Amino acid sequence: MTDQVKVLTSRWGDRQAHDIDRFGELDGYASLDAAFERSPEDLVQLVKDSGLRGRGGAGFPTGMKWGFLAKGTGKPTYLVVNADESEPGTFKDMELLERDPHALVEGVIVSSYAIGCRNAFIYLRGECGWPGRRLQAAIDAAYGKGLIGRDIKGSGFDLDVTLHRGAGAYICGEETALLSSLEGQRGQPKLRPPFPAVEGLYRAPTTVNNVETIATVPWIIRKGVDWFRSMGSEKSPGPKLFSVSGDVVNPGNFEYPLGVPAREVIMDAAGGMRDGKTLKAWTPGGSSTPMLTADQLDTPMDFEGITGAGSLLGTAAVMVFSEDVCMVRACLNFTEFYAHESCGKCTPCREGTDWMRKILGRLESGQGRTEDMDTLKDICDSIFGRSFCALGDGATSPIVSALKHFRDEFDEHVSGGGCPFPGARVAVGAH
Amino acid sequence: MPLSDQTLTRAEELIARYPQPRSALLPILFLLQAEDGYVSPAGVAQAAQLLGLTKAEVGAVATFYTMFRRRPVGKYLVSVCKTLPCELRGSREISAAMAERLEVPLGGTDQSGMVTVEEVECLAACDGAPVVQVNTENYERLTTEEAMGLLEALLRDEVPPPTFAADGSVTEPSTAGLHWRLAGLGDPPAAYGGTAAAGTEAPAASPDGQAGERSIGREPSPPEPTEQREAGQPQPAEGAGAAAPEAPTEPEPQDPEAAHQAPGDEGPAPEDKPRPQAGEGR
Repeated sequence: MTDQVKVLTSRWGDRQAHDIDRFGELDGYASLDAAFERSPEDLVQLVKDSGLRGRGGAGFPTGMKWGFLAKGTGKPTYLVVNADESEPGTFKDMELLERDPHALVEGVIVSSYAIGCRNAFIYLRGECGWPGRRLQAAIDAAYGKGLIGRDIKGSGFDLDVTLHRGAGAYICGEETALLSSLEGQRGQPKLRPPFPAVEGLYRAPTTVNNVETIATVPWIIRKGVDWFRSMGSEKSPGPKLFSVSGDVVNPGNFEYPLGVPAREVIMDAAGGMRDGKTLKAWTPGGSSTPMLTADQLDTPMDFEGITGAGSLLGTAAVMVFSEDVCMVRACLNFTEFYAHESCGKCTPCREGTDWMRKILGRLESGQGRTEDMDTLKDICDSIFGRSFCALGDGATSPIVSALKHFRDEFDEHVSGGGCPFPGARVAVGAH
Repeated sequence: MPLSDQTLTRAEELIARYPQPRSALLPILFLLQAEDGYVSPAGVAQAAQLLGLTKAEVGAVATFYTMFRRRPVGKYLVSVCKTLPCELRGSREISAAMAERLEVPLGGTDQSGMVTVEEVECLAACDGAPVVQVNTENYERLTTEEAMGLLEALLRDEVPPPTFAADGSVTEPSTAGLHWRLAGLGDPPAAYGGTAAAGTEAPAASPDGQAGERSIGREPSPPEPTEQREAGQPQPAEGAGAAAPEAPTEPEPQDPEAAHQAPGDEGPAPEDKPRPQAGEGR
């Protein structure tokens, strides 16, 4: 039995934690003094030593990412926080901003100090009203207390923080697309290299980090590497937010050390299956991560464990589906998402997602053909690895994994002339 | 009309905020949308002029993002999440019923110009499925009946408190005010539907920390005075080209036949629920 931990969620139970004074009483902004006593290089090394890995999906080591930032370019260095949380099933960053917005602001200040950033941006999706209002209020309050601005706490360190709102585009969660969007362009990914660490925002060295990643940094500064590594595994240390949704009794965000078995997150924290239903499939990290099955519930939820099970930890967004959920319908829904959100830059993704949507639509509505499953696999092969960014790869995950685990269901849609499940999508129209 | 001289000053303030002027393009498009109810051709031209871009460059950006609209939006924008966790909890039934009630396809605005209803992709609140937003504020775990009650209130120009009202969540009183805020200019002025209440957090929680009741089923508050209502009224057809308000007003056509059967399981009971603490979901 793994115990839940209270690190990032430690202030979520306090309904006034969003207020800067109350936040201060709860050890808020305590990492600033600890940070300013050390050199920026020391702090980057500290984050490297902690083993903190990015919480936005890719799991890249944060300290290493910071270490790649080009030096001596004569250009400013930028920190851009990715708060464009849009991966289906993921809702951890928004609740963090609703409950504890100063936690992110504190992280932005100490992280900016560590990497030499004087002008930080937070790119927050436009569709989330309350988190946006909370975060802006927190930034304004921090300016008011001199925690952002000129010569912060007498350290000589200056920092400006700007909240920038997205305008509805999942693709802007991809870091190069996010930077294009922040520059006032269409949010389309760019070929890497050059990586943002060398040529990012305004072609200056830039690091793009997830909300949860940046909110974790103050804890490492205050409590140290050993404390951080006391949670999780050697390669995946620290606490992590898990968003659980779908057919569970108690959906929500839960904080565990990385490596907690999925069974405990789903069956204990989230209260198990609703209405005594049987678990059929689950995603470990959002719709872009291959679905896993009931016999994989003991997989440790860390980067290595989930990869070993044939999927990806992604954003640790656990969507749980019961025996009642039709996998063709699930794939259709997700594929409609990707077809809508494909930015259109790369042909395999733009065209492939739309063809898959059409084929899944006809399967679900009883017009499927026996060869459709092979065609779906072919299209997935043509998309995977053949586009600039991971959106196309992600679009293949539900289909490839559903065909692997639940091929019979697809066949039944053809042989039975439609969806055998209650609640079938009877109308599958143009997207 | 595009930006007035007064609002133009605010646009220049936005431009000055960024190391390079073009970064202010999305904020300026939101500001134009606050003024016009959509990104109008005249607005595109003005943004291009402000930033030294061509109209084509601005148009290419404006058409990329779903939140920039090419037809006037209603005073209240109702966005129903259609992604899987919400679909499995009956969200497509809600959106279909709303479109039917308004007699518009999804993405359309009712004849009075009060409400636009659309289906959107994942809103990052999947534990609250099905999620409905009004002007980007969340109304979670609604039954179809509750959602229709919400819609009827909006049609009467009444805004029921959102799910987390007791925690400080406030619904923007108009899309004009919402777009002003999204531009990054803080609380919207009265002319954009802003009121004192719009800029401040809801009253603090009661001392015992108990969450407020879910508010959908509550008796609606009395209508606002007419002067305040006008601020967020849908824009006149002037400048809107041939777009009649009742026309489908989404740049991207949505599925008009989205009549879905929800699974037999109707989701959790809609009765009042205390706000769960961290670790217990929202």
